[in-house]
Amino acid sequence: MDFRMDRRKLLLGALGAGAAATTGLRMPAYAQNAPIRIGWLATLEGPFATGGQDGFRCMQMLLEENNNQAGGRRIEVVRESSNAQADVALARARKLIEQDNVDMILGPLSGAEGIALRDYSRTLTGKTIINGSSGASDTTLRNPSPNFFRFNTDGTQWMAGLGNYVRRTLNVQEVAVVAGDYAFPYAQVFGFSLEFCRAGGRATYLWSPLGTTDYSSIIARIPRSAGALVVIHGGSDGLAFMTQYAQAGGNLPLIGGSIMADQSMLSARGPHRRLMVGMVSAGPIADVHDDPMWNDFVARYRRRWSNQGGFASPSIHGFNFYTAQQAALLALNEVRGDLSGNQAAFQRALSGLRFKNAMGADVHLDHNRQAVSDIFLNRIEERGGQAATVTFARAAQVNQTLGVPEAQFLALGAPSRDNTGCIATS
Amino acid sequence: MSERTGAVRTGLAARGVRSAWVLPASLALLAVLLVLPAVIPPFFTANILGRAIVFGIIAMSMTFLATYGGFVSLAQMMVAGIAGYTVAVLVPGAVPSIVGGVPYAVAIPLGLLAATAMGLLVGAIAVRTQGIYLLMITLALAVGVHLFIQTNIAWFNGYEGIRNVVGPEILGLPFRNTYVFYYTALVVAAVLYAMVLYVVRTPFGLALQGIRDNVRRVNALGYHAALHRIAAFGIAGFIAGWGGLLATFYNIGISPGTIGLGATVNILVMAVIGGLGHPIGAFIGALIFVVFDTFAADLYDRDRFNTLIGAIFLAIVLVSPDGVLGIARRLGRLLQRRPAAQPAEAPR
Repeated sequence: MDFRMDRRKLLLGALGAGAAATTGLRMPAYAQNAPIRIGWLATLEGPFATGGQDGFRCMQMLLEENNNQAGGRRIEVVRESSNAQADVALARARKLIEQDNVDMILGPLSGAEGIALRDYSRTLTGKTIINGSSGASDTTLRNPSPNFFRFNTDGTQWMAGLGNYVRRTLNVQEVAVVAGDYAFPYAQVFGFSLEFCRAGGRATYLWSPLGTTDYSSIIARIPRSAGALVVIHGGSDGLAFMTQYAQAGGNLPLIGGSIMADQSMLSARGPHRRLMVGMVSAGPIADVHDDPMWNDFVARYRRRWSNQGGFASPSIHGFNFYTAQQAALLALNEVRGDLSGNQAAFQRALSGLRFKNAMGADVHLDHNRQAVSDIFLNRIEERGGQAATVTFARAAQVNQTLGVPEAQFLALGAPSRDNTGCIATS
Repeated sequence: MSERTGAVRTGLAARGVRSAWVLPASLALLAVLLVLPAVIPPFFTANILGRAIVFGIIAMSMTFLATYGGFVSLAQMMVAGIAGYTVAVLVPGAVPSIVGGVPYAVAIPLGLLAATAMGLLVGAIAVRTQGIYLLMITLALAVGVHLFIQTNIAWFNGYEGIRNVVGPEILGLPFRNTYVFYYTALVVAAVLYAMVLYVVRTPFGLALQGIRDNVRRVNALGYHAALHRIAAFGIAGFIAGWGGLLATFYNIGISPGTIGLGATVNILVMAVIGGLGHPIGAFIGALIFVVFDTFAADLYDRDRFNTLIGAIFLAIVLVSPDGVLGIARRLGRLLQRRPAAQPAEAPR
């Protein structure tokens, strides 16, 4: 009997302590001296694990440089990991918001996750989601959510200039496009095809699901007439494709998607590296870019992470998460850490931000809270025994519709495997 | 007839399931689950208990087949997904809208019908296989359907799946409400649980257990064992279908990842760590799984928390091959042995 009483008391005590802890966390969320809680959500599992880790690296570096403070308040970070599946990202986001009580989420990394979190953000009041690195255009273009912000350019924007370059400068008539069968590659293919086909090019599309390991049937279907191969895969998929293409003796000139020509690919060992030298790609970053801001960013990244698993140069995901963290800190400084009033002032500050990202490109948001920024054309070159992407051209202030009037762009329909943006105008 | 059922029932008792305990214990558990949301934070209600109940329903469909029929089917998550996809394709508001415009009151029964039909189909295809071959054929069906859905854009929107399936309104309240979701899931789970307990006592259920114990004898007695098997898969499909519907509403949509290989294995893990032997094991296993799936990253290195999850599941299965239920049963037996005056109850 005594024992039972004790256990009951213990339970009551534990419940009391639990209740105190939860209310204790909630009450001072509006007080100025309490820490701001930020949830980081990236993929530490699955095909984009290396990109997710690099995202965390870059955000951690920026926070450390700011002494884990913004707007006069300390910042506490809760890290969560998903595996690039929408339902897992959603479960983790729910945990961050509802259990860990974070004020904002920086994430996620991949396309379908981004759309799921955009939908979730609509059910929240007084919370903000700042996109990490997901690049599906529909996340902000169609049906945007008022508390979902994206400071990185999307997959379609990243291809600005590439289609024209391949058709006009390289003078290629026909390409084969191999791409992943999901939102992000759809966006990239759309951006590429829009320019390439308008300039009179023809394209064959070969799709394969995310996580495919055997690409032999795709490689066998690349038409002989193709003058170049456009590869829009990323992560372990990109590596698997390129390795198998190299082993199959492939030798077409290569054009890369934005997460293809990236350090997460170039740092991996294997036969693909020989083929990838000379590959032309487009995207928001490059390894070698002659800008003091970028050189400084790379130097800081190397100093902080070179002995702890960092890449030779920050990856595109690292850069995107860094930009999201930059925006969060800038807006927090602007409102002096004031998240009261359902974060209205903070979200207004986010919408009005104008800053330079780590590439030294200006960033501001459009009416859908989507970034407008610069896009670079890159070529992979050997630099000091290491393959690296080097910028050689720049498209300034690319918006989400690639300069096409928004109504006209929307009328083209959402990017998909059946809507590649390849519409000839001749 | 009564002799036969009597013989099977003894077999059941020998498996350690004492029916006298089951009803009061189940009702007590139900009562606890009914009042629990009043004392725990909403996060636990929806995302731990609610999610565990939803997964538990799907795992129970597997436990039902394994415990009473001896068929370990790996297709149950896929069958659940069929119900989820059917509803997602039909209901209004889904993005992208594929058929759309069919009210939930019609779409939900159609989803359950589709899952039952898929269950029957899986049962029919696998009807001649046993043991490891049954495992392989159901796994192949699960992976096949998963890949088909992942590559089919016209009907299932491929890799991205169908989003914004918000669920029906119940008594005028949106399904997104934590408590609406939780109590709906709880009531569905309780009814299905009671249904399983009832079914295994009917002549059909007893014949099923007869098939498990000795197919040839059941055939010799004049039963059509193959039809019984297929029907059992149909019932399991119906149960899994409910789980699939609730999971789809909980996730505000469905994508191929929900029914992929990982999810299939998760359901197996839940059923095994909970314990095959009684349907309640599925829910216990699901609860343990969800708790660790949610909090392992807080307890252990964020890059490697899957190691912790794996180690715990391994430990449970090593300590007790029949899962948590087996541990409970052994503890119960230990406690009963203490007062030596009491005679042993069931002969083993």
